[in-house]
Amino acid sequence: MDEPRIGVFICECGVNIGGVIDCQAVADYAGTLPDVIRSSVNKYTCSDSGQSEIKQAIKDNNLNRVLVAACTPKTHEPIFRACVEEAGLNPYLFEFVNIREHCSWIHMQEKDAATEKACELVRMGVSRASKLEPLQSNEVPVTDTALVIGAGVAGMQSALDIAEMGYKVYLVEKNPSIGGKMAQLDKTFPTNDCSICILGPKMVEVARNKNIELMTYSEIEEVDGYVGNFKVKVRHKARYVDTDTCTGCGLCVQKCPVEVPNTEFNEGIGIRKAIYVPFPQAVPLRAVVDRSVCIDCGACSRACSSNSVVMEQQDTFSELDIGVIVVTAGFDVYDPEPTHDFGYGLYDNVITGMELERLINASGPTMGKVVRPSDVKPPKKVGFIQCVGSRDKNRNRYCSSFCCMYALKDAQLIREKYPDSEVYIMYMDMRTPFRNYEEFYDRARDMGIRFIRGKPGKVTENEDNGLKVRVEDTLTNDIIDLDLDLLVLSVGAVSSESTERIRQILKVSRAADGFLMEAHPKLKPVDTTLDGIFIGGVSQGPKDIPYSVSQGSACAARASRYLAQGKAITEGITVEVNHDVCVACGLCVPMCPFQALSIDDGKLNIIKALCKGCGTCAVACPTGALQQNHFRNDQLLAQVKNVFTFEEE
Amino acid sequence: MKMAENQQWEPKIVAFCCNWCSYGGADTAGMGRFQQPASLRIIRVMCSGRIDPLHVFNAFLEGADAVLVTGCHLGDCHYVNGNYKTQVRYDFMEDMVRELGLEPERLHLSWISASEGEKFANFVREVTEQVRKLGPSTLKPEGVN
Repeated sequence: MDEPRIGVFICECGVNIGGVIDCQAVADYAGTLPDVIRSSVNKYTCSDSGQSEIKQAIKDNNLNRVLVAACTPKTHEPIFRACVEEAGLNPYLFEFVNIREHCSWIHMQEKDAATEKACELVRMGVSRASKLEPLQSNEVPVTDTALVIGAGVAGMQSALDIAEMGYKVYLVEKNPSIGGKMAQLDKTFPTNDCSICILGPKMVEVARNKNIELMTYSEIEEVDGYVGNFKVKVRHKARYVDTDTCTGCGLCVQKCPVEVPNTEFNEGIGIRKAIYVPFPQAVPLRAVVDRSVCIDCGACSRACSSNSVVMEQQDTFSELDIGVIVVTAGFDVYDPEPTHDFGYGLYDNVITGMELERLINASGPTMGKVVRPSDVKPPKKVGFIQCVGSRDKNRNRYCSSFCCMYALKDAQLIREKYPDSEVYIMYMDMRTPFRNYEEFYDRARDMGIRFIRGKPGKVTENEDNGLKVRVEDTLTNDIIDLDLDLLVLSVGAVSSESTERIRQILKVSRAADGFLMEAHPKLKPVDTTLDGIFIGGVSQGPKDIPYSVSQGSACAARASRYLAQGKAITEGITVEVNHDVCVACGLCVPMCPFQALSIDDGKLNIIKALCKGCGTCAVACPTGALQQNHFRNDQLLAQVKNVFTFEEE
Repeated sequence: MKMAENQQWEPKIVAFCCNWCSYGGADTAGMGRFQQPASLRIIRVMCSGRIDPLHVFNAFLEGADAVLVTGCHLGDCHYVNGNYKTQVRYDFMEDMVRELGLEPERLHLSWISASEGEKFANFVREVTEQVRKLGPSTLKPEGVN
């Protein structure tokens, strides 16, 4: 490599950086550093003109290294690497220094200190840049199959979109039926159309699509590999029913003597048998046996005309070769039971919004009759409490975004079914963005639903199991005591255990709220920081049905870029061994979690395709023979040594 | 860069951050505008498992008043278990810090996820405050700023 000739470009990022840091001073300082041939300030270095300036400077000054001091490499490194590559430089001869997130934005009031720090960061960057070496990116083939984890409405949409583009999709669902939470809902806002009536046909479409291989009652066990080449192990839980011959007729269910609460679909209201069909519209419409409550009486087996009950069945496993992964693993509704919020779990007539969904649903346990759990009579006075488990520093700080709308919907449905009922909604704020949502709120008001702005302080139970709710109307400052027959808690959404499990298997990041974290909040809302893995639906954060469907489609579009190209580019950052120095001691071998290293015939062997470039092995090397490209010791130590300068007297 | 005579002494802290979690945490701190002392200089590595005691002690020998070793939460490592190896190496580094006669408050380990911007900023604030009280590192070479 020739002597380093470094070009330094300091970005003002409008006023994001320029408003705090004296960028010209930083550029002037950079000009005094060794190997820096030229340095300048741009208003927006990432803009077309900013990039053109870099390319022109490379030509004019015969630069062989480029340093940009701007924002975070997490979003902009690929842009500048591509830019220098277009000018004929190897993309790894580019160095990024973050003076926005790590400087101007966090030292807004200390302009001098921020400028000084920016100078030092640039000095560290220049020292590293002078030691950079060209590397080759690796092109890897992409298997033309997708895995979609979770078959709620987001996952179904994602699977359908990918399948309709002509690629094979494995759709894995942990429950015995697809459909997710939407299948449990009665109506959907703001149109009040029947949820299962619009979801059912989609479920059938998923099952019929030739490119979709549906794996219900199945869970992801292991995921290995990288973009284009994931190895996925799936466990198919034993249903104890032969799904090829079962017709879902339900004769077995009728004969089963075991009755347990239907927690899976009816929120614990009503019962199900030990052998059951998840719900009438289930896909696949097949029975499943809950062996944890089954008494092995054999009644189901005798009732089945097709001999489909197979009690000897065992869990089976599949190994899949997968190119891209979409995670739509869903959510849980907030559970007010452990903390007894507003008397939930203490008083029979305090229920959650999801429990109301099942009560009000025509195919639910009460055939759509809304009743008080205590005496199974229709309630005359119903109250809703909003933001239960949401927007609360002691529970979850975030807004769950759909609770206002579902409360408005259920309140309307109650008023429609029982015109003489009184309905109250107690709220902190009503949040009704998006098309026709505000109109929906107006409609609720027009229907005579009463809104009280205030969070109740106290809920107590009367002798007749009625409820007394004390709430301050913060608009009028009146203390109101409401006597209610039924109290509905509009509970929010929380990240589910199964999402967390998948997250840990895939190593996707989690945000502070517990939901999966996207690669960029604005520009990469369904990407993760892991190539080839995408996230959507409520596993990414609370959202309503249209938003979930949009994200499902977005995941499909983002994922299929890899499938269509049939290849992916992986980082050129891998480890390299200097055999002249390596003594084949083998200390590095167990450091690698990917089995990329081995000692063969007294010599260290590195399988580049398996190396993911973490560099953990290089630290273990006692001789310095093993180095991580792009993060070699001399490159990192150059940064360390340039944090500090000596004062010259 | 010459420091003004009347300027208060500010510690200089070197932080090694992994690309996936703690570097992202520092970014999130920036995005959230969580103000923090201008004491920190971040060096990015792909994995906290790449942080070599060599880097840490060189930072001390060059004049760092404190060094932070940071990475993903245990169980969340992008490279399966790199941070467990970091943990093992960190225990060794803690012993070394004592052997060198440095105060233990000059070396810190923290697991910070990409979403924990506020945690990152608080961490920088706390360590800076501790080190301000301790004063300059005794390993700092003469004339270094």
